Amino acid sequence: MSEHNNNILLTVNNLTLYFPVFKGIIFKKKIGEVKAVDGVSFSIASGETLGLVGESGCGKTSTGRAILQMDHPTSGEVIFEGADITKLNKYELRHLRKKMQLIFQDPFGSLDPRMTVRDIIGEPLLIHKLNGSKAEYREQIDHLMETVGLNPRMVDRYPHEFSGGQRQRIGIARALSVRPSLIICDEPVSALDVSIQAQIINLLEELQEKFNLTYLFIAHDLAVVRHISDRIAVMYLGEIVEFADRKDLYHSPQHPYTQALIAAVPIPDPLIEAERKHVLLSGEVPSPLNPPAGCKFHTRCPYVHDLCRKKTPQLNQVSDRGHRVACHLSAKAPDRNNP
Amino acid sequence: MSKLLEVKNLSTHFFTDDGLVKAVDNISYSLNEGETLGLVGESGCGKSVNALSLLRLIPNPPGKIVSGKVIFEDQNLLTLSEDDICRIRGNRMAMIFQEPMTSLNPVMTIGRQLMEPMEIHRQMTRGEIQERCLDLLKRVHIPEAPTRMNAYPHQFSGGMLQRAMIAMGLTCNPRLVIADEPTTALDVTIQAQLLELMKDLTREFGTALIIITHNLGIVARYADRVNVMYAGRIVEKSTAMDLYKNPRHPYTIGLMASVPRLDQDMKKKLKPIEGQPPDLIHLPSGCSFHPRCSYRVERCLNETPELKTVNENHEIACWVDVRT
Repeated sequence: MSEHNNNILLTVNNLTLYFPVFKGIIFKKKIGEVKAVDGVSFSIASGETLGLVGESGCGKTSTGRAILQMDHPTSGEVIFEGADITKLNKYELRHLRKKMQLIFQDPFGSLDPRMTVRDIIGEPLLIHKLNGSKAEYREQIDHLMETVGLNPRMVDRYPHEFSGGQRQRIGIARALSVRPSLIICDEPVSALDVSIQAQIINLLEELQEKFNLTYLFIAHDLAVVRHISDRIAVMYLGEIVEFADRKDLYHSPQHPYTQALIAAVPIPDPLIEAERKHVLLSGEVPSPLNPPAGCKFHTRCPYVHDLCRKKTPQLNQVSDRGHRVACHLSAKAPDRNNP
Repeated sequence: MSKLLEVKNLSTHFFTDDGLVKAVDNISYSLNEGETLGLVGESGCGKSVNALSLLRLIPNPPGKIVSGKVIFEDQNLLTLSEDDICRIRGNRMAMIFQEPMTSLNPVMTIGRQLMEPMEIHRQMTRGEIQERCLDLLKRVHIPEAPTRMNAYPHQFSGGMLQRAMIAMGLTCNPRLVIADEPTTALDVTIQAQLLELMKDLTREFGTALIIITHNLGIVARYADRVNVMYAGRIVEKSTAMDLYKNPRHPYTIGLMASVPRLDQDMKKKLKPIEGQPPDLIHLPSGCSFHPRCSYRVERCLNETPELKTVNENHEIACWVDVRT
């Protein structure tokens, strides 16, 4: 599960991604910056799934995009298969992109409505010149469609002829076409119906086993992330606040934010729900343009004290299994009870 | 408890260019004073159309309530005149819509929109109305209420807008509030805040609540009774306790097995419901769920099952007893 040192596929070191904010139309003046990703570090072993959870605007998608160099990181390193890819030029990057693919959230917006399924799935093959002869190209596409559970006879149809779940399968086939080793799944199931979500989750798990894929799984649904991930990073306002094995994260969450997130997810059983403690966070996520000083979570934290308002907590190790937390409180009382 | 709402054989159909869509097909249920009813189902199963039908908000054409009765406080809403139903909307029965961003008027201040229902339904002075609105905004935890009254919707965050919507729903002390996916567009922590708030407020005012959602967890936490809908019909109807303890309809069982749960064994594989949700124009014959059902028998292909009682507070529409 958590193979920490062997087979590291991707390491992210102190990754930051800032977006400048301008004011004025002609004389643009920089008035600040949004720290979408602010010093994120983690590594993913080959074949592992790392879950990235957080609320909207916490920087989880930006992290994914910065890793893929879709937005060039402001600073930090992204080491993929031993090389820092932030330093590559665009030709070198293009070669590498074969190995890193993305599955998008919105199955309706992420497929070109004027392309047939064949063109959509085949496009990466053509770009990377993996298409071979005409017959081989067709065969590859048919095979990909079967792999994701679509009938190859539907290859000449357009996206609007498919349901949400089927479209997501097309998006997955497109990502798989170039045989990547890393797939960044950006909320792949959140736009789907409940009964279809499970189909796609199972498909992703099967594919991972079959092709030894590594996933960075971005989602806001904790139950889904817990199901699919080996390790989980919880993000808040651009920073990782807790990082743990999925078991540790759910059984002994250390950061107050993680505890609140877990408590906020209702369990489909009225008996359990009646007995659960509902820790409610007050307030909303502060604006990332002007984040609070000290611990960014202090404005909503039920355990806040003076130190939190002044000093930013570091991500400290709290157990030998790699459980790390950025909270002043957990350093003092590591065995504080969870809800 | 006395009966507040009774829906009898309600059918709402849409006459589209492609064919007839039976969005709500012959459904019946009732609701007592102060009770919370969960309406669960996937997109396109008719849960929102059902709610809109109660308030007669179905756009006509293409939609039409073709049959049935909606008896609310001893009058049939479907036969009332337009003026009379207007006196009920927002007054005795209110609705909280799914997307606060699009359901509020962007060029009116929050305050004006909040005051509107009372201006229409109540003989109160402007001062009194304003006072009540400020009080409500405080109740839904919107800070600096007096200045917020003059703000426009775009100046609010999603969570705050939904709070304002909840306040708006409660302005006239309605007997029934229908919340149509009230928290789907919001983050989990905000979702939890708002649901708790809605529960507290409705309990305090003794308001009955219909929560429409696709999230089985929310229903488990907040609903007293549950209707599960599939393709325009109610397929299972039960108290929340009984439904989660022994789900009897194959669709409900399938739904429960397909959601990952926080309290479950992590290695357990999810069991999805195979296939796709049905196309409402070309519904399968017999039981609409039969193409996706693993328990199906010959009879399911030809005959549509009606709801039948399995025990005192549990009804299912299925030909098969899944327990055997």
